[in-house]
Amino acid sequence: MSFRKPSVLPGFGLTFGFTTFFLSAIVLLPLAALVLAAASMHWSEFVQVVTSPRALGSYRLSFGASLLAATINVVFGFILAWTLVRYEFPGRKLIDALIDMPFALPTAVSGIALTTVFAQHGWIGRYLEPLGIKVAYTWLGVTLALTLISMPFAVRSLQPALLEVQRELEDAAETLGANRFYAFRRIILPTVLPALLTGFTLSFARAVGEYGSVIFIAGNLPMKTEITPLLIVIHLEQFDYRGAAALGVVMLLISFAVLLTINLLQAWGRRRHVQAAH
Amino acid sequence: MAGALPTTALPGVLPADAARRPGHNTWVSAIVRWLFIAVSLAFLAALLIAPLATVFAMALARGFEVYLTSFADPDTLAAIRLTLINAAVVVPVNTVFGLAAAWAIAKFEFRGKSVLITLIDLPLAISPVISGMVFVLLFGLHGWFGVWLQEHDISIIFALPGIMLATMFVTFPYVARELIPLMQQLGNDEEEAAITLGAGGWMTFFRVTLPKIRWGLLYGVILCNARAMGEFGAVSVVSGHIRGLTNTMPLHIEILYNEYNFVGAFAVASLLTMLAGLTLVVKNLVERTGYRGR
Repeated sequence: MSFRKPSVLPGFGLTFGFTTFFLSAIVLLPLAALVLAAASMHWSEFVQVVTSPRALGSYRLSFGASLLAATINVVFGFILAWTLVRYEFPGRKLIDALIDMPFALPTAVSGIALTTVFAQHGWIGRYLEPLGIKVAYTWLGVTLALTLISMPFAVRSLQPALLEVQRELEDAAETLGANRFYAFRRIILPTVLPALLTGFTLSFARAVGEYGSVIFIAGNLPMKTEITPLLIVIHLEQFDYRGAAALGVVMLLISFAVLLTINLLQAWGRRRHVQAAH
Repeated sequence: MAGALPTTALPGVLPADAARRPGHNTWVSAIVRWLFIAVSLAFLAALLIAPLATVFAMALARGFEVYLTSFADPDTLAAIRLTLINAAVVVPVNTVFGLAAAWAIAKFEFRGKSVLITLIDLPLAISPVISGMVFVLLFGLHGWFGVWLQEHDISIIFALPGIMLATMFVTFPYVARELIPLMQQLGNDEEEAAITLGAGGWMTFFRVTLPKIRWGLLYGVILCNARAMGEFGAVSVVSGHIRGLTNTMPLHIEILYNEYNFVGAFAVASLLTMLAGLTLVVKNLVERTGYRGR
């Protein structure tokens, strides 16, 4: 088999060549430099950097808050997607359009705005303060910022899946005496499960690397409210390139693992879809 | 993230007979319905609408005149200028790349295509801090080419070229990932007809392909531009934060905010928020033309 199928269309050499050249120059070679910089470290030095108490503390926050944010997004994302798909109400189109806002809004803007709203005297913070809930400058604020920036991923994964739920099956189940929750558990949930997991993973992937919105609302205290990307920046500012590269490689490996999970989940979803069609 | 980012709003989907279905007009379904709408609105109000409103409330806290004068600050103007220059270079380059990648991927069948698509999406899965750091490792003072660059008096890190490279890395996939599914969906028939009838490659592209994809292309370019102007993490790592010189608008927001100049910070933020709003408006207009991306 040859490299490509013959075609009457011209321009394959030019466009394919430019694409791979540009991709290599801007993305792949710089990433290779990162891996090589970390590889130039002695193994024990690498382990020491990536398992230092401060690094471990930052993973705990970055992963904990990202998992929590992804969970919140799946729950509220499901409710939002359901509302947008199933119900008609004034402003539905506007709400649907607004879902993409965190995607277009610069993270620094989300960061300062969210901090202001949830600070001690902010619009929402002032009502939480008497309840003893501190959001700004705590892990709660970090979670909130991560929830905001990764929200569109969960909603947009779930919307098409909910559209595909066969209403006839739901109706049949109810006609046959199944109650609403049984129908939900046995018909809706299995159909949207791949989308639910994909939404979760995408949210998590987006949240775990986030920097801009978090540094404003986190107190940035070592071991407490310091995320891993911030720790990388701190290493860089001290010209400790190797330490920064080591932490970068850890984050890169996680990104690849997440990417792989997403691809597997989507393949699974497609397989289920094909099976359901038969 | 491997072709996994669904960004498209849905068409109006409500079956008109929803209310007439058996067992669907009970009081339970009414309660569930209002509960779902209320929870959705409350969630969005707290997380999204309140922060958006805060941007403008804070920017205008001392009146419209103070808001306008905050843009007269030379450092703010320099930040706006730098952001525009940066986008003016990065967006066209990534647009050309996006067109080339989409042509190669959508028009031809070749081995390793899915790997290529995954690699193009790679920057979306990488922390912006890492996207900036890779260029520091290459071109920074202690980086691989640091000494050589210093000997030849070329500055990349803490200067405009570094900012452009980091922005390019981050916004790399946006045009391509809008165009690839669109061009795949539109098929090759018309292009093949044009070529068979004797049109040249460029003529086919400009007269046949471009008119078909122009709305998707427009949205890809607008989105790429919004991300390029708003990028914080990657640019923050390579910029050096030199006031009036290497501060883009998002970085300038950070400086003003940390100096407690809230009107100034939120005034700059309001510009970027309006840009984001405009991006969403264009997205919805493009979708109304009938094209639906992913």
